[in-house]
Amino acid sequence: MSSCARKGAAGHGKTAHIAIDPVTRIEGHLKAEVTVEGGKVVDAKLSGGMYRGFETILRGRDPRDSSQIVQRICGVCPTAHATASVMAQDAAMGTKVTTNGRITRNLILGANYLQSHILHFYHLAAQDFVQGPDSAPFVPRYKNSDLLTDRNKGLAAINAAAVDQYVEALDVRQICHEMVAMFGGKMPHAQGLVAGGASEIPTKDRILEYAARFDKVKEFVLNKYLPVVYTVGSQYKDLFAVGQGHRACIAYGVFPLNDEMTKFMMKPGVYYGGKDHELDPSKIHEDVKYSWFDDSTTGLHYSKGQTKVSPHKEGAYSFVKAPRYNGVACEVGPLARMWIENPPLSPIGQKALKEHFGLDAKNFRDLGEDAAFSLMGRHVARAEETWYMLSFVESWLKEVKPGEETYVKPEIPASGEGTGFTEAPRGALLHFLKIEDSKIDNYQVVSATLWNCNPRDDKGQRGPVEEALIGIPVPDIENPVNVARLIRAFDP
Amino acid sequence: MSLSRRDFVKMCTGTVAGMGISQMFHPSVCEAISGTLNGSRPPVLWLQGSGCTGCSVSLLNAVNPHIKQVLLDVISLEFHPTVMAWEGEPAMEHMFKIADEYKGGFFLAVEGSIPVAEDGKFCVIGEAHHKEITMVDAMKELAPKAAAVLALGTCAAYGGIPAAEGSETGAMSVKAFFEQEGISTPVVNIPGCPPHPDWIVGTVVVALEAIKTHGLAAGLGEVVKLLDDQGRPTPFFGENIHDNCPYLPDFEADKMCETLSQKDGCRMSVGCKGPNAMADCFKRKWNNGINWCVQNAVCIGCVEPDFPDGQSPFYESL
Repeated sequence: MSSCARKGAAGHGKTAHIAIDPVTRIEGHLKAEVTVEGGKVVDAKLSGGMYRGFETILRGRDPRDSSQIVQRICGVCPTAHATASVMAQDAAMGTKVTTNGRITRNLILGANYLQSHILHFYHLAAQDFVQGPDSAPFVPRYKNSDLLTDRNKGLAAINAAAVDQYVEALDVRQICHEMVAMFGGKMPHAQGLVAGGASEIPTKDRILEYAARFDKVKEFVLNKYLPVVYTVGSQYKDLFAVGQGHRACIAYGVFPLNDEMTKFMMKPGVYYGGKDHELDPSKIHEDVKYSWFDDSTTGLHYSKGQTKVSPHKEGAYSFVKAPRYNGVACEVGPLARMWIENPPLSPIGQKALKEHFGLDAKNFRDLGEDAAFSLMGRHVARAEETWYMLSFVESWLKEVKPGEETYVKPEIPASGEGTGFTEAPRGALLHFLKIEDSKIDNYQVVSATLWNCNPRDDKGQRGPVEEALIGIPVPDIENPVNVARLIRAFDP
Repeated sequence: MSLSRRDFVKMCTGTVAGMGISQMFHPSVCEAISGTLNGSRPPVLWLQGSGCTGCSVSLLNAVNPHIKQVLLDVISLEFHPTVMAWEGEPAMEHMFKIADEYKGGFFLAVEGSIPVAEDGKFCVIGEAHHKEITMVDAMKELAPKAAAVLALGTCAAYGGIPAAEGSETGAMSVKAFFEQEGISTPVVNIPGCPPHPDWIVGTVVVALEAIKTHGLAAGLGEVVKLLDDQGRPTPFFGENIHDNCPYLPDFEADKMCETLSQKDGCRMSVGCKGPNAMADCFKRKWNNGINWCVQNAVCIGCVEPDFPDGQSPFYESL
């Protein structure tokens, strides 16, 4: 049995076409097709295989229902969709959220950031590097998996420790979900994020319960997650040299630190052409030439966005639209946020970078563009962001006022519109809501998957993950390990 | 093997008393289940259709038994797109191979609904034997060979949000798909958006216990008795939320809350759908007993066959 769909011969100088379908350990249905020449990827296509049509399902409903419906877009990051939705509703309904409401929302979303990053590294990505037990679902796997122990037999103990951490991380991510549930009702799909604020007014007891759990998560991040990412990274130095893609990224700003929403834990911004740019939402458009949507809807600003599915459109190859910022294909996610915010690196990170890479790095950008925008750089960015947010969660726990109102009852206007900008753990997320006759007239979602995993745009420019696949080494076309590693580094 | 059945029993105590599990399982799967008790694990193939992976994420929150035990000791999860090491065509071919090898003796877990419009094009789940496989294709191939199907979550059980008004994908539930295709494999619905992990693991466990207690045939005979007319196991979906709600005395005293953040007073005034909903959330609670929707905000009736259309607007009183 061949390990991948092959059309073409293997070998040096020859061209091989590989399809990986499904790409597993992600959320959703994704297919990757790459062309390999001389042991490297020279072309790539990414195809999203699922269309549910949330935009059309939302039309005509009570605007307040949208935050519940849209959470069901993603069971890993429902809190981010709910956050974007309630922010869009607040904007459209003219609701001013209280300080305590803002902080409570941060505590709900923050807990799920911790959950999502830990889940991503251990339960989605780690099997690309670490050898699990010899039973399902950890086998079968690629024959030449290029795992930690394949690279360095002396790392058997570290491999074993990482497997133990896989199990421990299951508990830690459950604890994170308990933290979400404190103020969010339940997870997945939290009830507590509502238009007008948050439905749960934190009590002293609840804050203490959250804090006690947070301490356990913090300990795990400091003692296990962060060190193991650098330990693994030090064995895969070559993966810091590949996957740079367009070197362009965008972030909307997340975890507002003031009620005016002008200060954030991770600030908004755009980076391309080697320069920083201020975020201007009017420059966000979506192309659909290569997506299964009607050509008449291409190039529209998201606020004019339309969802006219056309599943048999000739030449198209994905259900994902192609968002562009000023025509640029930007990647989103922890790397984008860390590059734009450029916060200090953890002491563990600084030490590891010095020891293993001879790098004197104090802030994230000290990694340099090549290493930061790389396959392994994206894992480092995610781990460092997790570390960076620990002190913010602690500060919110001190700021939140027990018993103080978190909710303002919204009034549904006859008409209005608003956009909610936030960041899912996996990247920039916006929801646009237009109300007519007090019902949803138009609802548009531009999610992280759309930004990262899109197909070519109208000009033929590759999407960010497609571009990042170019140059990825595939020495053995029967075992295209690095292709999936690269895709999963984005947390698609 | 290390599976502690006492943990299972503990989890189900009080809800399972006097009940068993029955003809909904093909005899061969019962052998597999019995095998579990003796050391071998029944294969499970887990398909994701039009869904959000929330059911899988919820199952990861199983605490009693721990998800680790479920994965390593109870079942052999031979295919799961979010968990397994394998990927691409060989993973899909492995799945079809297991279905043939264990014909009539494996569980099929389905998460998400099945979109049938446009020949299933709205949900392509992978490639096998150089051919694109849609969710429709996979269900047609695997479901008749399965011993039983667990329709996990409201999408698989009843269609859910992908099948709500405005949908263009022809998304439908497992049961509706079976009726359309003439597939007779038994289906157990475990709705919820997402389902509580206890509801998923508990259903499997209740079956194990019934077979252990009553023997294969008699144990099987108990199974069907557990399902309500919506195909849900009554140990978990047998009680009405409103009738058992801690706010019921407030309702009876006509003491209603005024806003979503107010903690006293019945929450029907702000849209609670508890009176519509059959589930044991009121006593089981979520995320290791931390909270639940009514305590936090309102119930939106996510376990019901008419969710979401019949349960909305979510924030308007009934």
